[in-house]
Parts: sequence; C-alpha cells; structure tokens
Amino acid sequence: MSDKDSLKNTIVVSLLLCVVCSVVVSSAAVLLKPRQDTNKEFSRNRDVLAAAGLYDPALHDANYVVERFKSFKVRLVDIETGEYLSDDKARELGINPANYDQRKASKTAGLSQPLSPQDDIAGIKRQARYATVYVLEEGGKIDRVVLPVHGYGLWSTLYGFLAVKGDGDTVLGLTFYEHGETPGLGGEVDNPVWKAQWPGKRLFADGDKVAIHVMKKGQANPDSPYQIDGLAGSTLTTVGVDNLIKFWVGSHGFEPYLKKLQAGEA
Amino acid sequence: MSAFKEALLDPVFNNNPVALQILGICSALAVTSNLNTTIVMCIALTTVVAFSNLFIAMVRNYLPNSIRIIAQMIIIASLVILVDQVLKAFAFEISKQLSVFVGLIITNCIVMGRAEAFAMKNPPLPSFLDGIGNGLGYSVVLLTVGTVRELFGAGSLFGVEVLPVAANGGWYVPNGLMLLPPSAFFLIGFFIWALRTWKKNQVEEREFKLAPQMSNTHQEAS
Repeated sequence: MSDKDSLKNTIVVSLLLCVVCSVVVSSAAVLLKPRQDTNKEFSRNRDVLAAAGLYDPALHDANYVVERFKSFKVRLVDIETGEYLSDDKARELGINPANYDQRKASKTAGLSQPLSPQDDIAGIKRQARYATVYVLEEGGKIDRVVLPVHGYGLWSTLYGFLAVKGDGDTVLGLTFYEHGETPGLGGEVDNPVWKAQWPGKRLFADGDKVAIHVMKKGQANPDSPYQIDGLAGSTLTTVGVDNLIKFWVGSHGFEPYLKKLQAGEA
Repeated sequence: MSAFKEALLDPVFNNNPVALQILGICSALAVTSNLNTTIVMCIALTTVVAFSNLFIAMVRNYLPNSIRIIAQMIIIASLVILVDQVLKAFAFEISKQLSVFVGLIITNCIVMGRAEAFAMKNPPLPSFLDGIGNGLGYSVVLLTVGTVRELFGAGSLFGVEVLPVAANGGWYVPNGLMLLPPSAFFLIGFFIWALRTWKKNQVEEREFKLAPQMSNTHQEAS
C-alpha cells in the first residue's frame, strides 16, 4: 500500500493520467472541428435568410439554405464611410470577407475602436471598424441587404440580423440568433408573432432622420410606419432592442451605408 | 444481480441525489425552463457521471491518496469537454441554448460526490451502474420540474404548443414566474415534500425540539 502513495508513483500516475486525458480531449477537438464549423456557418446562413424573409422552417430544408445563400454576396463595409472594403485593402488588413469574425474584430485593437459612453447607447463598448453585410442582387440591382446588429438587453448582449430592402429604408425583418434574455419574457424577441411587426416598417423619416423605435407594450400605433410595439413584461429587453436598432441605424452604425443605398451608390 | 439492480435503481427514488442528498440544485434551476434543454442536460450529466465513475473505479487502486481529488477532476473535466465538443458537432442548436451549463457539469456536486463516495471504493461495473442510477435520479427531478415549468410558463411541451397561449390568440395566459429560476426552487421543494410523504423513512429527524413558548408575563418579569 505504501508503494501506491510513494512520490515516484504519484508522479507517474499523474503524468500518465494527464497524457491520456489530453490526448483524448485534443483529438476530439481536432476531429470534430470541421463538423462544428459547418454547423456554425450553416446556422449563420440560415439566420441571414430568416432575417431577409427567405426562410421558413416549416417549408425549407437544409439543402435550400445552402443553395439560397449562394445568391448572397458577402461583403465588408467600412462603418464610418459606408463604403465597401476593396479586396486590396482587406488583404492589407489581413482580413477576408468569407471568414471575417466581426465579434473577434471588435476586440482587436487595430480593427476596432472604443465608443464614448454618450454614443454607446447599445452598450457594446467597442465597435469593429468593418462589418460583414450580406447583399442580394437581382437584375443588377440591390434587392436586399442583411446587416449584423447587436446590443445589450437585460441580461445579455443580443446578436441579430436586420434585413433592409435595396432602397435602404424599408425593413424586411429582424432576427436575433443569440441572446440570454429570460425565456417567455424578454426571450419572446424570438416569437414569430412579435417579429411579424417588423417587415414593412421604415427606418428613416423623410429619408433622413432615424425614426424607427420600439415602444412600451400597447403604446405603438400599428399603422405608424416607424413604431414597433414592445414585449409584455420585459421593459428592459424592449429598451435594449430599441437602443440597438437606433444605434445601428444611426450615424455610428450603418447610416452612411444605408444613405448610399438610398442614393443608389452602394 | 440484485446488488447491481440496487446500484442502478436505488438513486432514483430511495436515495435521490437531488431530493435526498440535495446536490446539483444549481443546474436544476438553470436548465429546466424548457424540456429540450432539460433532456439534453440529463443525458449529458448521466453520461458524465457513469463514465467518470467507471474510469475512476478502474484506476482507484493506483491513485495516490494525496492527489486523488485532482485526479478525479482531470477525468471528470476531460469527459465534460468531450461531451461539450460532441454536442457542438451533433446538436448545435441545443448546445447553443445550454451554453455554459454543459461546462459547469464539472462543478456539479453529484459527479464529484459519486466519484468520492462510490467509485473510489467499488469495482468498475457497479460504479458505472451507480453513475447511471444517479444520472437517472437527477433526470427524474429535472424532467418533472421542466415539464411543469414549460407547460405552465410557456404553454408548451418540447416547444410544441399544448395550451393555446393568449399572445397567439388562445386562452392560456402563461405564468411568467414559472420561467424564472425561483420557481424551480419551489417545484423541487414540492417534489421533495411529495417524495417524503410517499417514503416516510426519508424524513430527517429533527435536530432540536422547540421549547414551549414562555408566556408574556414571564418575559416581562425577566
């Protein structure tokens, strides 16, 4: 018995155990990585289609998602100027539209900048300089664009996609693909009945000022092109969604890009 | 044979890890707001307890006493990472919903508790069965709580609407409290109450008896 507790045995056993466990864990991680990446990409593509109003889980299957997403162009937009990033510039920065990770970029010094507290209404602290946009062209004209948005709700940062028509003004849909809001209350941002309010709303009043906003439950006029009714029992999530939409449509967000779309220059 | 059966079935009602040993409450509050995540969490935890028990029982005779806890942790943590990776590869949507809770199985007291209390003293096979049994005991409680919470909190079961919800034009107004973690506390309390009414021997002996109240006059006098 004393042999088991000897110093030599302690070292041998712990070494062996660590080696075996690390081999198991790392080989699992390496072997499963391609599958996990496919899942991630598929789920992102599906969310893009869903925001653009092109995906209905009851009608469409996985093949449809893969095929339909191919018609989208994935491009990078310089948030400040609203212009597409040229391939040369992207190469210079060491980023590639196909696998650019905006969330990672927003934490990387060269690719992001801090937001001052008064500008940062969405509570995101740092913002990436470049954003991935998904552009669907039809007949040589931009038919719809899908823009990534995020902002703080009650418990968590909500990540989603806002889809806008080629006119840079009419909303096609808003979908959140990741959030940690209370199920049944703030979590109802996923409820299709609530999301159905968004399509057809307009972002800018007179094509100029940001006008879209989310109101406290029961106060919105359904006929108004700018008002969205909030969620019952989740004031703070509603405020969070309101803020993040205003931020991302506003001058620190996609306003320059959307203005270009309106002018037909994008 | 009956010893195996006992190792497997005893933890379900007679020695339930959640209801009698009061372990693993934290995750029971966190993942039970809908049944899809609940059931995946149950499967994940049962797998981890069973295999951690198995492997720890296999190496129990070689583990030096001084590092046995950390050695158990290495085995448990490796298994949890494995489960997490597999979920990300094969059940991506659900792994997104479970987020950190799969990782937190490492800290679930049931896993360490069984490793230390059972697997360190028993051969691999009974340990494995004991792990499955404790996983089942945990699952019984979680599924009960999850069913009640999702049914009354969201009007659905496994995401399928059972009670037509008022927001979608039905008659049922969901009870929002059910979806918040405190409701799981109440429900586990009710579960324990029901279990101890059925199995009286689980009722703990009183640690002390309340002394009879002193009368007011007496108190004033003192």
